[in-house]
Amino acid sequence: MSDVKYSKEHEWIKLEGDIATIGITKHATEMLGDIVFAELPEKGSSVEKDGTAGVVESTKAASDVYTPVSGEVVDTNQAIVDDPSKINQDPENSAWFFKLKIKDPSEMDTLMNRDDYDKFAKETSA
Amino acid sequence: METKKTSLYQLHKDCKAKFVEFAGYQMPIQYSEGIVEEHKFTRNHSGIFDVSHMGQLFIYGSEDLIKDLEKIFPLNLKNLKLNHSKYSFLMDKDAGIQDDLIITKIEGGFLIILNAACKDNDFKILKDLLNEKYKMVLDRDRSLIAIQGPKSSQILNEVIDGVKDLNFMSGNWFSFVNQKLYITRSGYTGEDGFEISIPNSFADELTRELINKGSKLVGLGARDTLRLEAGLCLYGHDLDKDKTPVEANLKWAISKERISKGDFIGSDIIIKQLNDGVSKIRVGIKPEGRIIAREKTKIFNQSDVHIGEITSGTFGPSVNGPVAMGYVENEFSKKNTKVFLEVRGKKHAASICSLPFYKKSYVKGAS
Repeated sequence: MSDVKYSKEHEWIKLEGDIATIGITKHATEMLGDIVFAELPEKGSSVEKDGTAGVVESTKAASDVYTPVSGEVVDTNQAIVDDPSKINQDPENSAWFFKLKIKDPSEMDTLMNRDDYDKFAKETSA
Repeated sequence: METKKTSLYQLHKDCKAKFVEFAGYQMPIQYSEGIVEEHKFTRNHSGIFDVSHMGQLFIYGSEDLIKDLEKIFPLNLKNLKLNHSKYSFLMDKDAGIQDDLIITKIEGGFLIILNAACKDNDFKILKDLLNEKYKMVLDRDRSLIAIQGPKSSQILNEVIDGVKDLNFMSGNWFSFVNQKLYITRSGYTGEDGFEISIPNSFADELTRELINKGSKLVGLGARDTLRLEAGLCLYGHDLDKDKTPVEANLKWAISKERISKGDFIGSDIIIKQLNDGVSKIRVGIKPEGRIIAREKTKIFNQSDVHIGEITSGTFGPSVNGPVAMGYVENEFSKKNTKVFLEVRGKKHAASICSLPFYKKSYVKGAS
């Protein structure tokens, strides 16, 4: 069973068993513009809920990527580091950022479902 | 203070511009296709830039005006031919740069294009320096439209016949629907192109026609990546009052004859720096890999000593990698010198390089 949730920092998180795949939303990429640089957390490192877990840069500015849940980084997507434009092309699927072995499944409960996120994105960008 | 809008505001909106406030104006940072596409379209085809926020200062006068302006600008203006342009700067007595500009000799005087954020202050400074002897008009009734890129000459010539015969850094009066336009072959992207001074009420019509002929609007975001790849300075970032033209590596823009006479504002400092050298100098910086070092990034030498700072840095879409410029201590300014850039607490390798990052030859008459 998979379950996709969304954070107020515009990350999506897909949970399969205790492995969470995390990326940034299409709405986030639209706000950022052309992404030209991506930095990911190190494999094996631990990240804390709402902490910085990466960076994306557009031609204009750098933005932090946060992790919506805590855990250990078990995989990162080198393809988006090598070609950051992939993030603009397919942000909510092949251009995922990192995978975590999550610590506390209950952290998922505070996140938004798709409908709530879409509403949130619309309100905050208006 | 309310932000001002240019004559192309409605057109920008129609083209789905994202706006930012820049020097008190609502200006388009990008349109729907985004900075990278706009940048590449300019390099490969033709991009239109609304630069109406910049100052268009007309100063009228003859022989006396030339003499008085030579006391201000380090240029040989008496030998500047009619309708020819020069890049220059307005300096204070310490040779600090108060603005960089393009000055063109026109019938009856000069036209000076000033940076938007500096124009009102420049006007006051120049009025004082010229003792209010001459008629000066900072013209707010005219817009300024740049069209840049390899197809621009052909496109603009279809609308305004004859512009294709202009030489680089020269201009002339042309007409468009019975309006007088002053057009120069110039720009700030590293591409062939033109800047068009046009009455406000006709700017929209001209621009729409250029779009119909195949050009596209390009925002300030791509203007920044284009000028940085071309190694060109942005005032307020790469140039300011704490930097002199010699430090900014712009001594090519200072007339040798005028240096030998040394009778312009800041000339004693300029001459001293040309003779004795400078402690800091502007250089191109190429980060290794993909890391982007932005303005204010600290530069270190191989012994981890702080030697300078980045003043502009971004991703260059045509270079397909990061590009930057900044000021370093003179002894580390040689090409290929290894340096380190501190980004988010980590030091990243980079090297000093020559400018521009991207070079395309300007059309005929380049000097």
